[in-house]
Parts: sequence; C-alpha cells; structure tokens
Amino acid sequence: MLYAILCYDSEAVVSSWTKEQDAAVTGKLEVVTDRLARDGRLGPVVRLMPTTTATTLRKGKETVVLDGPFAETKEQLLGFFIVDCASLEQAIETARDLGRANSSNGSYEIRPLRVFRPGSVAT
Amino acid sequence: MSQIAWIDAALRGARPQAMAALVRHFRDLDLAEEAFQEASLRALKNWPEKGPPRDPAAWLIFVGRNAALDGVRKKKSERPLPPEEVLSDVEDAESAIVEQLDDAHYRDDILRLLFICCHPELPATQQIGLALRIVCGLSVKQIARAFLVGDSAMEQRITRAKSRVAGADVPFEPPGPVERAERLAAVATVIYLMFNEGYSATGGTAHVRASLCDEAIRLARLLVHLFPGSAEIMGLTALLLLQHSRTPARLDEHGEIVLLEGQDRSLWDRDLMGEGFALLDKALRHRAPGPYQVQAAIAAIHAHAKRAEDTDWVEIDGLYATLERLQPSPVITLNRAVAVSKVRGAEAALAMIEPLAKDLSGYFYFFGVRGALLLQLGRHDEARVAFDRALALANTPAEAAHIRSQIDRLTET
Repeated sequence: MLYAILCYDSEAVVSSWTKEQDAAVTGKLEVVTDRLARDGRLGPVVRLMPTTTATTLRKGKETVVLDGPFAETKEQLLGFFIVDCASLEQAIETARDLGRANSSNGSYEIRPLRVFRPGSVAT
Repeated sequence: MSQIAWIDAALRGARPQAMAALVRHFRDLDLAEEAFQEASLRALKNWPEKGPPRDPAAWLIFVGRNAALDGVRKKKSERPLPPEEVLSDVEDAESAIVEQLDDAHYRDDILRLLFICCHPELPATQQIGLALRIVCGLSVKQIARAFLVGDSAMEQRITRAKSRVAGADVPFEPPGPVERAERLAAVATVIYLMFNEGYSATGGTAHVRASLCDEAIRLARLLVHLFPGSAEIMGLTALLLLQHSRTPARLDEHGEIVLLEGQDRSLWDRDLMGEGFALLDKALRHRAPGPYQVQAAIAAIHAHAKRAEDTDWVEIDGLYATLERLQPSPVITLNRAVAVSKVRGAEAALAMIEPLAKDLSGYFYFFGVRGALLLQLGRHDEARVAFDRALALANTPAEAAHIRSQIDRLTET
C-alpha cells in the first residue's frame, strides 16, 4: 500500500537552521530515500516553501482568497514523502529511519493514500 | 543534527516572541534580556534531559519570568532558588500560558519590541545594532565585527542606545490601526537598512556581513507571519530574498565585485528566488503598489533573465519610472539611467543624470555610472575625471578595484 509520511515541525525552528545544518539534514535524509528508491518503494518527495508563501482559498458559493494559512498551530506541514510499504509496521519503520536522519523535534503523520495519480509535471 | 545545534536553532527561532513577551512583562529591556539569558541557560540544561518542549517560546517566557522573580527574591531575602524539579512542572503550566499568549497581543508585542529599537532619535546604525542585539540575539562581538568597530566601542554604543530608548515611553496598550501602520513602516525601514548594511559590503568580511542579511530576512519573514495581509511587507521580504539569492555570485574568488551583467547566474540561490517570486505574486494580487513591491518586481525581472542579455530593460525602465513617482530620489533616477542606457542609449542616460550632479556629488555610484556612460560614448578624458572621483569616494577595496579595472580599459583604448 502507498503511504504518505507527512512532516510536521515548527517552522520557526526549521527556518532558523543555518545553511550548513539544513544541508546536513538533507544529506542524511537522502541516504534513506536513496535506499527506498533502490528498493523501488519511493514515490514523490515534496518540501514545501514557508507558510508565508501560502494562500488559502475558502470554498463556497463566493470563494474567498486569504493570505497564508490561518490555523495557529505550533507545528506546520513542511513537506511529505510518498512511500510504498507492505504494512503499517513497515511504514512506521520507514518513518523511524527518516526520523533518525532528521533528529529535530516535530512529528511524522503516517496516512495511507486513497488516490494516487503520479501526474505529468516535468521537473 | 546534534542536540545542541537543535537547541540553538530553537532558541534563535523563539527569541523574538519570547523577548517581546518578557519586555511586556518586565517593561524593561535589561531585565527582559537577563530573564531570557537565564531561561536559555536552563533550556540548555533541561531540554537534553527532558526532551525539548512543544512550544519553546512559551517555555522560555514562563521560565524567564520565574527566573527573574527568583533573582528579585534572592536579592531581597537570600532565599534559595527553587529545586530543579519545580521546572519539570513547566510542561503542564505551558499549555495554560500558550492560551494567554493570544495572537493579537503577541503580534503587537513583537512589533513594539522592534519599534522600540528603531527609535527615531537614534542614528540608523544604532537602530540596526540594537535590533540585532535585542531581537535577533547577536552578540556584541558579532555586531562589532559586522560594523568594523572594536568590541568595547560597540558595547558602549548599544548601552547608550538602550538608555536612550528606555526613556522613550512606547505605550504598552495595543496601538490603533494608524499607529500600528506607522510602527510597521518604521520597522520595515530598519529591516531594509539592516539588509543593505549587510549587502552593500562597506566593510567587514563577506561572511560576517551575510549574517546581517540572514537576520534581516528572518525578521521580514516574521513580519509576514504577523501581518499576513500587508502587501508591502510581502514586497519587502520578496525584495530581500531576491537580492540575497545573488550573493553567491557577487564576489569573485579574489573578493572583487562582479557586476550583475557578469555574474555566473547558475550560482544564484534557486530556493530564495522561488520564495521571493511566490511572495511577490501574493503581494501584487492586493493591487496596492508600494516602493518595496516595485523594487522586488525589478529584482524579479533580473532573476527571471537566464542570461544578462535576456533582461527586459524596457520593463525595468517602466518600473523605475513608477518608483520615481512613488518615492522621488536622485538615487532612483540614477538607477533608472542604467536601464535607460540599455533601452535608449548612453547619450539619453547621461542627459538624465546630468541634473543629479549637485545632489550626488559625494556618491560613489554616481561617478561610477557617469564614467561608464562616458566610456561607452568614447569620451575618455571626461570618463577618466569621473572614475578618478569615484576612486576617491570608494568605500571598500572591492569598489576601488572595480573602478581601477574600468580605468585600465581607458588606457588600453
């Protein structure tokens, strides 16, 4: 089954990392994702821009466009991994591997995918 | 990442909010700083053992308040400090405080703290120094190095600046909408100047000065968080991000300036650029143009050009014309002249800057631009006079070296 591993962390903290710290974390995460890719289990990986760049569209008869996400939460969705896992156990184990690579605070939300369309965007 | 590095990042990230709340609580910069220091020390001791708190800022505010109270009590009656176990209750108490820190207060607290730092009676460099010390938490030594002065001189300056602002009564009541807008504009100016201080490289090593740019960007992003609907704050942040994205290409391996035209564009930081584009897009939707948005739009045109020769100078000329209307200044006209020289030729550009000679008689860039235009027109004798003047006004070895290379071109032809 495909799982999304959603990365929640404090944006204030993560954006305070120095360039070197950020690069070190990214490098360690790549070791894990490279292994997943070799096993044919890695789907798209996304890192989102800061929430300051976000825009919210309130749905309804008259849509409303708002600047930023308004939910005041301590942690923000910063990115996600899509990983193919045989079981929830394996998904949790994969999240643990990622967590060991990026030992900052925060949490991973593990959610099975209902629909997955790889899409056609060229990157 | 090591635990210490994580804690360091968490302390840096939480500092503006925690300091703002502590200043509100104690109504005194020094006391608030002491309390924050003490709370940080306890964090370094506590967090590795007990794990980091969910909300570092709330933890620091809570512990900072209590630590300072302890200090007062200790001085009064020499009562012993409470045992460390008391601190383990902090986690429970934390959630209660978080609720008290309602967003409106928090927003005005941070704005007030920044506003206190940019007291109008302080010269700009002291405003920047104070903001770096109080809000960003840079050490006096770091700030001294950025401004190329001795540690003790900077210490004195900051102490003086602090006592100056201590006497300035910035009211603690939430400001009205007009007052808030005025504070926001003043704070935006200081952030802009802080960035320029780091970017213009009037001294100090590139590395030290880049940290000023980083801090300015951090504060600008914080303002976008606090005032998500302000188009000009988004514009300011976009401008800083787009400018900073070029930093890796601005100096060559000998530390000499590489002009925009000659920069290796593959070195530009794509992440910062992308964030800048996104913020500018958001800002422009508001249809409330302002100087920061226009400058960001100009920076974005440069950023979009894959090669220097792809630059849309007609668009840049138009944007500078808008900027001249919004914020008339000889420096902006000088910048516009560079775009005009690309669109309508050096002759037209020279005619445009001629009237600026009196206002900009002590301005390095004026003579640099004038010399370059005269050089293009083959008027070498006049170009030499302009370059000599620029050389005398150069602020850094890199600027002087750049002008010398221009003079060398005169000699060759």
